[in-house]
Amino acid sequence: MTFIGELATWLSTPANWVGSDGMLPRLVEHLAFSGGSLLIAVLVALPIGLAIGHTGRGGRALPTLGLLGIVLTITANWWPPLGFFLIPTIVALVALAIPPIVTNTYAGLREVDPEAIEAGRGMGMRELELLRQVEIPLALPSILTGLRVSAVQVVATATLAAVLGAGGLGRLIIDGIAQQDDPELFMGAVLVGLLAIATELGFAWLQRRAVSPGMRPERASGTEPAA
Amino acid sequence: MPPGEPFIRPDWVVNNLDVIWQRLIEHVEMTLTAVVVGFVISFAAALIIRRRRRATAAVIGVTGILYAIPSLALFAFLIPVTGLSFLTAEIALTSYTLLILIRNVLLGLEAVPPDVVEAAVGMGYTPRQLLWRVELPIAVPLIVAGLRIATVTTVGLVTVTALIGQGGLGYLIVVTGINGFFPTAIWVGSLLSIALAVVADFGLLWTQGRLTPWAQSRRSAA
Repeated sequence: MTFIGELATWLSTPANWVGSDGMLPRLVEHLAFSGGSLLIAVLVALPIGLAIGHTGRGGRALPTLGLLGIVLTITANWWPPLGFFLIPTIVALVALAIPPIVTNTYAGLREVDPEAIEAGRGMGMRELELLRQVEIPLALPSILTGLRVSAVQVVATATLAAVLGAGGLGRLIIDGIAQQDDPELFMGAVLVGLLAIATELGFAWLQRRAVSPGMRPERASGTEPAA
Repeated sequence: MPPGEPFIRPDWVVNNLDVIWQRLIEHVEMTLTAVVVGFVISFAAALIIRRRRRATAAVIGVTGILYAIPSLALFAFLIPVTGLSFLTAEIALTSYTLLILIRNVLLGLEAVPPDVVEAAVGMGYTPRQLLWRVELPIAVPLIVAGLRIATVTTVGLVTVTALIGQGGLGYLIVVTGINGFFPTAIWVGSLLSIALAVVADFGLLWTQGRLTPWAQSRRSAA
């Protein structure tokens, strides 16, 4: 049977859509991992970026798989069931998501025209008002760029969680490879690819919508590796 | 991980130096193949499309979006065609370097000030001389920046190819380490791939300094 035929058969099997190993639950798991990790990263990174940006670069040499593995060796015995997949996954994803947010938030605030801040001060704004009403709106394109880069990386990298036996869309790919099930593997790849591109485009759209019309969104400095 | 198992067993490392060395060399070979092939293709492609504004904008936009596709997904797309092979790994790895390198070569060439080009044309430079003696030297920092990102990214992505039976140091991390419940291999594989990425990054930075001596003298003069 040709690949197209196999794919059609695979796709016409309801269990592959909504069964416990089907595409829908995997997509939900993937979104839960990604969303949760991104949220933690934002909660950690945004205040740091805002603080150093208001008062005052990074490469990523560490391969995510290595990071996953290293966290695994530390947490596996420490908290048995969750330490095996959930904690390493979330730690790795959060660690991946923090740098772009901090860097871009910081860079965005640094690039705010000092005269705009002077003007704000002259109008009698307090520090927090200045941050909220002048600096953040002017730095928003850059802050959102950081968020977009992080979100795309997290969605892409959550795929690797399956290596540790966690769920998510990577499960379809890893199981597909292991069982030589080309259709499953192919659909896993399609869904992850689409999800990553949708995240990229979604955040780009948000960026256009959220940025004050007086400012052109700067072109992404978003060349960070997908995992 | 087995209880009581240390993070690193020095005796395993010493006894398996040949295995580790072999994986390290494999890692370097896979990275070099992808970056060199990617650079040659990107360089040629950038020279062809650079004068066409629309094509340039389209390529920069599309490569940015394709870059979002996870590596494992890209490998997975190729498996039905090229199987679990070195070729599958290299096609995916090279594609990622293309996305980074075409963009940076184009941006580098675009960053050449028009006055400089005009001055060179006024002095009678042919287009070929203009490219090799004026535009490319000025574009070197952005091109090398692209090569650095591409190389560091590829060193990281090569580890992922362990999932399709290749992998270099990734084999130690995934197969020997994670699948074999053996922390030592995870640490050795991870630390060596970090070291490799850092060494490659500094190596390229040093090369850039050698290629653009004028930038250095300007820096020390300032």
